[in-house]
Amino acid sequence: MRLANVFHLGVKELRGLARDPMLLILIVYSFSLSIYTASNATPDTLNRAAIAIVDEDDSPISSRIITAFYPPFFSVPRLIDRSEMDRRMDAGLDTFALNIPPNFQRDVLAQRAPAIQLNIDATRMSQAFTGGGYVQSIVSGEIDEYTNRFRGATALPVNLVLRARFNPQLDKSWFMPISNVITSITMLSIVLTGAALIREREHGTIEHLLVMPVTPTEVMVSKIWSMGLVVLVASALSLAWVVQGILNVPIQGSLALFLAGTALQLFATTCMGIFLATIAGSMPQFGLLLMLVLLPLQVLSGAMTPRESMPEIIQNLMLAAPNTHFVILAQAILFRGAGISIVWPQLAALFAIGVIFFYFSLRRFRRFLR
Amino acid sequence: MSALAGKAEPTEGFVARLQDVGLSYRRTRALDAITLDIPAGCMVGLIGPDGVGKSSLLSLIAGAHAMQEGRIEVLGGDIADSRHRRLTSPRIAFMPQGLGKNLYPTLSVFENADFFGGLFGQSASERKARIATLLRSTGLAAFANRPAGKLSGGMKQKLGLCCALIHDPDLLILDEPTTGVDPLSRRQFWELIDDIRKEREGMSVIVSTAYMEEAARFDWLAAMDAGKVLATGTPKELLERTNTSNLDAAFVALLPEEKRRGHTEVTISPRGGGAAEDIAIEAQHLTMRFGDFTAVDNVSFRIPRGEIFGFLGSNGCGKTTTMKMLTGLLPASEGTAHLFGRAADPNDIDVRRRIGYMSQAFSLYTELSVRQNLELHARLFQMPPERIRDRISYVAQRFELVDVMDTLPDALPLGIRQRLSLAVAMVHSPEILILDEPTSGVDPVARDGFWEILADLSRKDNVTIFVSTHFMNEAALCDRISLMHAGKVLVSDTPANIVRMRKADTLEQAFVEYLEDAIGETDNQNVKVSGAPQPPEIADRAAAAHERSSRFFDFGRMFAYTKRETLELQRDPIRATLALIGSIVLMFVIGYGINMDVENLSFAVLDRDDTSISRDYAIQVSGSRYFVEKQPITSYDDMDRRMRNGELSLAIEIPPGFGRDVMRGHNAEISAWIDGAMPTRAETVRGYVQGMHSTWLTQRARQLYGSAAIVGDYQLEVRYRYNPNVLSLIAIVPAVIPILLLMIPSMLTVLSVVREKELGSITNFYVTPVTRFEFLVGKQIPYVILAALNVVMLTAFAIFAFGVPFTGSFLAFGTAALIYVIVTTSMGFVISTFINSQIAAIFGTALITMVPAVQYSGLIDPVSSLSGFGAFVGNIFPTAHFVTISRGAFSKGLDFADLRTSFVPLLIAAPVLLCLAAAFLKKQET
Repeated sequence: MRLANVFHLGVKELRGLARDPMLLILIVYSFSLSIYTASNATPDTLNRAAIAIVDEDDSPISSRIITAFYPPFFSVPRLIDRSEMDRRMDAGLDTFALNIPPNFQRDVLAQRAPAIQLNIDATRMSQAFTGGGYVQSIVSGEIDEYTNRFRGATALPVNLVLRARFNPQLDKSWFMPISNVITSITMLSIVLTGAALIREREHGTIEHLLVMPVTPTEVMVSKIWSMGLVVLVASALSLAWVVQGILNVPIQGSLALFLAGTALQLFATTCMGIFLATIAGSMPQFGLLLMLVLLPLQVLSGAMTPRESMPEIIQNLMLAAPNTHFVILAQAILFRGAGISIVWPQLAALFAIGVIFFYFSLRRFRRFLR
Repeated sequence: MSALAGKAEPTEGFVARLQDVGLSYRRTRALDAITLDIPAGCMVGLIGPDGVGKSSLLSLIAGAHAMQEGRIEVLGGDIADSRHRRLTSPRIAFMPQGLGKNLYPTLSVFENADFFGGLFGQSASERKARIATLLRSTGLAAFANRPAGKLSGGMKQKLGLCCALIHDPDLLILDEPTTGVDPLSRRQFWELIDDIRKEREGMSVIVSTAYMEEAARFDWLAAMDAGKVLATGTPKELLERTNTSNLDAAFVALLPEEKRRGHTEVTISPRGGGAAEDIAIEAQHLTMRFGDFTAVDNVSFRIPRGEIFGFLGSNGCGKTTTMKMLTGLLPASEGTAHLFGRAADPNDIDVRRRIGYMSQAFSLYTELSVRQNLELHARLFQMPPERIRDRISYVAQRFELVDVMDTLPDALPLGIRQRLSLAVAMVHSPEILILDEPTSGVDPVARDGFWEILADLSRKDNVTIFVSTHFMNEAALCDRISLMHAGKVLVSDTPANIVRMRKADTLEQAFVEYLEDAIGETDNQNVKVSGAPQPPEIADRAAAAHERSSRFFDFGRMFAYTKRETLELQRDPIRATLALIGSIVLMFVIGYGINMDVENLSFAVLDRDDTSISRDYAIQVSGSRYFVEKQPITSYDDMDRRMRNGELSLAIEIPPGFGRDVMRGHNAEISAWIDGAMPTRAETVRGYVQGMHSTWLTQRARQLYGSAAIVGDYQLEVRYRYNPNVLSLIAIVPAVIPILLLMIPSMLTVLSVVREKELGSITNFYVTPVTRFEFLVGKQIPYVILAALNVVMLTAFAIFAFGVPFTGSFLAFGTAALIYVIVTTSMGFVISTFINSQIAAIFGTALITMVPAVQYSGLIDPVSSLSGFGAFVGNIFPTAHFVTISRGAFSKGLDFADLRTSFVPLLIAAPVLLCLAAAFLKKQET
């Protein structure tokens, strides 16, 4: 392998990329706008949750409860009959249906402990899961305030002091951008190297390269370093300007260490890009393959939801994917300020996976050139 | 010009009359004010090099491209009139440019022809009879089961002709049918056309070609250049008018003055005899096998230094493989190759430095400027950096590239690009040049210029040149030529000797005879073309065709598309995988990926009290199904380290004296730290911990004070309906099924149309009587069936793998799903009408379908809580309604009667979307 060839071929790749406006837009978009919007999209907060109330009491206390629900968390409650309740929930119109029974106020005041019923459509993911608690505390707050009776704590005087480390406010806009940086790094490195190889094949230039004093290893390494470098620089800029600069997300650990890990991740994913491109052969087929490969890689790596809640077998299978280790590494460094003494196992795993991927890709690439 | 055309008319009437026809592709002017009357009943040739507008003109006449300016009358009607097109399309056959461009490479010869027959509504038995006759007469009968993509160029063109002739057209339009085809196949092709014309008198044929020697046999010619007609007339008239002996020269003479400037006839001085001892390339018994296929069979050569060695043969006859072995790029299965007396070793990188290569297609980097291309190659050939600049300026001067050094290759005319390719191949001063069909598509003037350079290189610089070509006049310029066929060299000698040995008139004649001998030896099935297809139909065939084509919807034509789409899908592994198991893979991923259940959280306790009460607290936490206890924490450092590396999600510190304080009723304080790196998870953890803390307190209180007053004012009964255990999977999976059934089927239908646009086979839809609805519904059927299969698989997967209970009516769900996939596939067709490339189709469809499906269809927020634009989309988007049905049938135990309001929008959407797609789908290229 001659380094000069690797260098010149890599520079050629960079020049080629510079002349491809679509890919440039994709790079800029995925490291700026896409990350910016991700931090502002807060999918888990309650938004205009549909609530209906069956008021069979029609008392001051029930009207207090009804008026306590208002936008933006809840829709203005729809007052319905008991008979309508099931139908509306079946049709998915309401997420919550609150049933205030007859003589509710009287029974409360008489301390007869009447039951108020809250129906939750538990097929409505986030609204049902997070909204249930809101409804309960609103209802009890209103009733308590109405009865205006302070009740001394019957419980023990043991306080639980809960603190969230690394993100004391549990601000979601810290988590999403960094998750998205990780996603963009993986996606772009695969797309760019794959596209670079397929472009050469579609234009017939790969055949041309072969008659030159250039080995397949040199061709492949040149694509890996050039496209990897582009993604590395883009992610560094994105972390510095977009994540830290514009979004004000504090980064706890060392950026240099994170970039070193990124470099290893890129080594593995760019090899994967080459591998997929040799299987696909044409751009459309490559696109279809990406759909089937990229999504599992990202979703199951733990970047979006915790790995612990996935089945054991998936957790183990995903250990073979570079993303899993990269996500652990990135979260440890960026969120928890971990140093090399903590993340070295991930660095080692990424390196090992990269070497294995490189070996298989190179073998396939050689055969592909025949 | 039109006056000339009138004079040259050999028979009565015109098959096509063009008046002021113009055509532009964005800024490029392809055709400019063409007025031309094309005589009927004869063989008309459009001649001229690539890119002069021949193809544009032919596709206008065939009705494949929409008219922009002027008027064309074909077969007595205006071709711009869609009614006339529909009525005449059964009388016209169009074979577009490019080897097998309108064929389907994965379909077999028979299946291809069968599809075309189906497009004209022929019955199965009629098609079978016709195909049998056609394949026999073209010599393809033995290859009926071979995929079209695996045929040689000549065979592909014969198959193309079969497909064009299957409906007995009155007007046959062939766009460069013989480009890239070996001389014998070319001759056979023309003989076939002659025979057919004899059989079907009155059939008009319009052909375009870049081979002037072929044009000599046509009845009437129109010479074109730069979007204009230069001259028309019989070949003889053109020769007389220009006072030339051959059409090549005649064409050059007809070109405007500024294009002809500097053009001279190429003559190459004979080689000096002395150099013969110095052998540049020597091959002995070279053989190359790929599996059981022998690409090159026992080839031997000796090429002296400085010779121009020509290579002829059809595409795929082993030329390129031989070239690669001779130069040591590919290790030979058997035999040896020597370069300058040294064995060619594929691992010997140094050998490559002595070789310059120029491949068939223009294969330089279009994203690099001319100078950057030259520099890159110089560097890769490891020229000393200090010499590179001088060498590049020398090369630029010699190949006349100085003015374009900073231009991108795409902006250059083909002739200059070929010079650039040659310059790149020469930049490192190689001793051997390998040129693979360097001049295909280049106009005669530029071609002659190119050969001048070759002559110069060979004679002055003593460069050995190895060149392959299809042009006989180029072959004649070589010092020696070799004819290859099916991996074997048939003859290898000087052009003059070859002609003499065969006692032939021309070189072409000699070659054809060699090829005929070779084929006669290898297989006797390919008998001399005999007779045109016997029309199996009776006299009122035309009337029947007419009746069929005027029909608005014909099941035969529709089914032709269904069958072809199915076959193609079966033979494309990646698309078939996506269609079959793509949705399962994605459901699996999403099912676990968007899981909101948080379980198996790791926690550890720093117990600084270590009393029975503090241990009781820890047991309370570890008893929960949400938490898994790890090794106790030993110190703050330990806690810090284990939280930083993500080992612990929760750390609890119980202070010293905790047990004592609790017993005495003093204030005690427990500290807990949650890993906040994942905010959503942290919030869940916080909820769990608080819940457990209060449960523990209640238990303790009960133990201490008895179950005294833990009664409240009221009870809030919370009923989690439909999903009592509040499991994410039950909430997610029924909503994910509609999204998957939207995304993948619609993407597949978008691809099915856009593929045809990108690969060119959409022309078959343009020029045949197939209607839009036949085309769309025909393509839709296989995808609806596949999607229905997906419904079954996804439902089974949801129930058995994810354990989501199905409580409602299967029948209602199944019916709704079927309607829904018809809707989603139709939606794909609507999207396909404004997308032109496959890659855009993949990402565009994902984007267009995913956003409304995920945001506005009730996956996360119910449609009823949306407002404004979101609410509007949510109410009309079919996915929203199917989500309601899916959830209703899965979790809410509903059936038809309960869900009827959600069926209505689906039933409306299906026909509306299909009609929209048909309205937007263009029946002509624009």
